[in-house]
Amino acid sequence: MAHDHHGDEMTEPPSEMALRVQALESLLVEKGLVDPKALDVIVDRYENRVGPRNGAHVVARAWTDPDYLERLRADATAAIAELDYTGRQGEHMVVVENGPKLHNLVVCTLCSCYPWPVLGLPPAWYKSSPYRSRAVIDPRGVLAEFGTMLDEDVEVKVWDSTSEVRFLVLPERPEGTEGWTIEQLIPLVSRNSMIGVEKARPATGAAA
Amino acid sequence: MNGPHDMGGMHAFGAINPEPEESEPLFHEPWERKALALTLACGALGQWSIDEARSVRESLDPALYTSSSYYQKWVEALTRQVVEKGLLTSEELETATVRQMPEPGRYRVLNAEAVDKVYSAGGPTSMDIDNAPLFKVGDLVLARNMNPIGHTRIPRYVRGHVGEIVLWHGGHVFADDSARGIRRGEHLYTVQFMARDLWGPEAAAQDSVMVDLWEPYLEAP
Repeated sequence: MAHDHHGDEMTEPPSEMALRVQALESLLVEKGLVDPKALDVIVDRYENRVGPRNGAHVVARAWTDPDYLERLRADATAAIAELDYTGRQGEHMVVVENGPKLHNLVVCTLCSCYPWPVLGLPPAWYKSSPYRSRAVIDPRGVLAEFGTMLDEDVEVKVWDSTSEVRFLVLPERPEGTEGWTIEQLIPLVSRNSMIGVEKARPATGAAA
Repeated sequence: MNGPHDMGGMHAFGAINPEPEESEPLFHEPWERKALALTLACGALGQWSIDEARSVRESLDPALYTSSSYYQKWVEALTRQVVEKGLLTSEELETATVRQMPEPGRYRVLNAEAVDKVYSAGGPTSMDIDNAPLFKVGDLVLARNMNPIGHTRIPRYVRGHVGEIVLWHGGHVFADDSARGIRRGEHLYTVQFMARDLWGPEAAAQDSVMVDLWEPYLEAP
């Protein structure tokens, strides 16, 4: 499967998929239906500029600014837009808050809906059949696979993204981070904690 | 449709085996970059809605759907869509040769300069609709036992079950119609289903699943 960047595989011929995509691109570009430079900008946007650091900024701001948290609760789309994170696959945002006795988990069982402006493109596992099939019927088993063990009395809410509404989990702020700045907190907010499969990273070991 | 994409609650797909967040590449094959970009750039031509694109992907042969990677499914679906909409012909794809250029000005092509503006603006699906919502937050609703052949966003695992409305989102483009090229709105709700109602007594009593459902999927219990 892996025709990737390992040096010893450089001599392999392009995969069937690579050839098919190349053929599509060539025809569409030659017919003037696709601007090849636009393809580069799209890839650069989602590979380098729109990613989970945006969501981490939203979370860290909410942890440190009670007024912002209130605005996020009232209208997440508008509050996230204050930080300039807007657009495709994030037009209608809802933020769901974790607490000591409540854990939220986001999935799209029907395809791969995911809040792009705050998290970028979804990881492969989020789009995989095992995650999509199991998250709703066995959320605690899924969480355990990510190393997230919950007490039995914790309530688990699974959010299945079946419309154009997109969900962002607000993880609990780690203990021992009192007085930390937004910039110090951002590295604790993993992408996985904003999907809800993990908790935010502990303060231990992070640069305080 | 009751297709292979409607996976919630299925067994036998095995472990998730997630790659570590810190080391997972965004794309696992170089062609995946182009698969993403071509899908978005072709979508921007405005010849189909996102619901039509989803409908084509979930209409793939079930064996192909479940054995393909996500971007493979996108390429399969995109190939069908460009032919269905006449952007390319089957002959052009088979021969890798352009046979006929489109009429000048027929399509609004996404330019590099417009990419960030277009994707930062997005395409909201909320819309004003005339009729008042039939339900309100706190109401119990029955997810209809319905099995439409066309595209739908009511997963099989909630059909026939009663849940409680926890959010009302106003009018949103109704996916089932949008997949047929008809853009009209219906009230959209988030409905909470208790895990035990869906999956039986082995589920934790306090756990639940929230699903976004349009009004035509719902009735009073």
